[in-house]
Amino acid sequence: MQQAKTFAQIESRYFYLLVMLGGLVALAGMSAAYYMDEHGHVVTGMNNQIVWGMPHVFAIFMIIAASGVLNVASIGSVFGKYVYKARGPLAGLLSIALLAGGLTVLMLDLGRPDRIIVAATHYNPTSVFAWNVLLYSGLFATVALYLWTMMEKRMNPWSKPAGLLVFVWRIVLTTGTGLIFAFLVARQAYASAVLPPMFIVLSFGWGLAVFLVVQSAMFSWNELELHPDIQKRLKNLLGTFIVAALYFVIAYHLTNLYFARETKFEHFILLDGGVYPWLFWVGYVLVGTALPMLLLYHPALGKGKSVLAASMLVIVGAFALLYVLIIGGQAFPLDIFPGYEVISSSFGDGQIGHYTPSLPEILLGSGGLGVAFLITTVGVRALNFLPHDDPKKVQHD
Amino acid sequence: MSDVNEDRRQFLTRGPALAAGIAIAPGMLLIDLAHGAEARPAGEPASSKVRWGMLIDTTKCESGCDDCVTACRKENDWPVPKSATDVQWIRKVELKQESTGRQVNLPMMCQHCESPPCVDVCPTAASFKRADGIVLVDKHRCIGCRYCMMACPYKARSFVHEPVIDHESEMPRGQGTVESCTFCVNRVDRGEQPACVEACAKEGHKALLFGDLNDPNSEIYQRIRSVTSVHLRADLGLNPGISFVGV
Repeated sequence: MQQAKTFAQIESRYFYLLVMLGGLVALAGMSAAYYMDEHGHVVTGMNNQIVWGMPHVFAIFMIIAASGVLNVASIGSVFGKYVYKARGPLAGLLSIALLAGGLTVLMLDLGRPDRIIVAATHYNPTSVFAWNVLLYSGLFATVALYLWTMMEKRMNPWSKPAGLLVFVWRIVLTTGTGLIFAFLVARQAYASAVLPPMFIVLSFGWGLAVFLVVQSAMFSWNELELHPDIQKRLKNLLGTFIVAALYFVIAYHLTNLYFARETKFEHFILLDGGVYPWLFWVGYVLVGTALPMLLLYHPALGKGKSVLAASMLVIVGAFALLYVLIIGGQAFPLDIFPGYEVISSSFGDGQIGHYTPSLPEILLGSGGLGVAFLITTVGVRALNFLPHDDPKKVQHD
Repeated sequence: MSDVNEDRRQFLTRGPALAAGIAIAPGMLLIDLAHGAEARPAGEPASSKVRWGMLIDTTKCESGCDDCVTACRKENDWPVPKSATDVQWIRKVELKQESTGRQVNLPMMCQHCESPPCVDVCPTAASFKRADGIVLVDKHRCIGCRYCMMACPYKARSFVHEPVIDHESEMPRGQGTVESCTFCVNRVDRGEQPACVEACAKEGHKALLFGDLNDPNSEIYQRIRSVTSVHLRADLGLNPGISFVGV
């Protein structure tokens, strides 16, 4: 009689299954990009008013999370906390994976992705987009260096300065991502100095949420239990970030509400804008903020599965908030003629822009997640990224 | 006697030339005014001494007339817009003043700002401003990121969402890139007027006046100093090349 195989014995089959799954999602994304390139962006939901759509929601989520996930590493290297130090390498890998996924989506959504090299050969120093090209490439390089200092014993003494470099770099990077919107002077949704710090705080929560989901999957894969003290600490950190992010989102809307010229926009985005207020209140506030807080802090909850569920909901809330900010922000018309009402225009002046996400866009965005998933899966299999916790040190930390 | 004959002879020879001069000169002057300036010789770069601009008199802009739009479309060969994904280099807009109910008609296009946000944000410097103030897109350098469209306060730019087939115009167009009004730069360089201005004048409305904002002898220079005109979203401080009367 044949004995039942343990998970360890069949683990490699599961690994290849996961690689295939990630590969298929990535391939679907690439095919969607090819389809968009062949037929033009007319096959997407984007148009001349909503010029950035679902691909940008996915890409910006991944880029923001790529920066925020490094928080775990920074707390370890820069602030010397043992529990986080053990998690530094995994955070570094996730950062590279998410950034690669996000940039893949951004690049393939271009009208002329074949000309991407022009972004390197012709550089406009006044463009925040161009600054970000440098910041993104720099993050790959600095995180790779940081990983080397953490994972190569001889290089360990350098991990603190490398960690500091990454810490500064990612704060600047997320500021740059926030500035992409903050510099849009004429757009009611965006021209706000609160956006860069808001993006930084959002990145902390979203990055940690992604980290916790991956860590949870890795621990259950290896049939390990997370130390309760570490669980509690990470849970509290996530809770703090959720509340801090909510504070910034409230501050952003309050400052807008206070300026008379912005009240119509706020009315639209928070009350009568159809899908946007719904996504804001239900998607971000309820599902992405209130429910995770309940899961983390209800006396009967707050353990492994609740923390995992809370992290997943934070990610759902992130997508809802980005959809409202990016697409809702463009749907509201530009105020080109203050003091006038537009009676007719062939170009949608004064009208709410319509946008329906299309399948190619969603596939392209998911393809970016597939790329990030592939890099992570192969990375954790090939190298030792699993956090190893010494219970004695955990208690003394 | 011979002296008188001499004078008479001189008069007979020079007189017609003078008369012809008197007759032709105003016409020449009108042509000169209409053209704004002379053609720019090939190979010579655009001059920063010139700033091309337009004065749009909305009181002369007829409701329902879209001759400027049709002329632009024909000149630059862009299709009749049918959906929100179609390009529009110029459009007619009808407005109602909220406080008085007064109706205003105007054509809307790239405002050719002195400090154009589209140029600031373009990562590859495909969006650029010529020395003479005309804001353009280098169609060979645009990667289609659409950040300029996000940055433009006037919704002046369009993204080419579909393949461009059978394009017949001097102005290059291509799928996956951004485009907008060029002030018919090719015509201006030849010493001609933009197609929209010519069409509006042909219809007899003369709502559009194009010329060099820096040339004290140009009609636009003088008109801007004699009538009240405004820039759209002047609060943004972009100093557009297009001013409006009656807004």
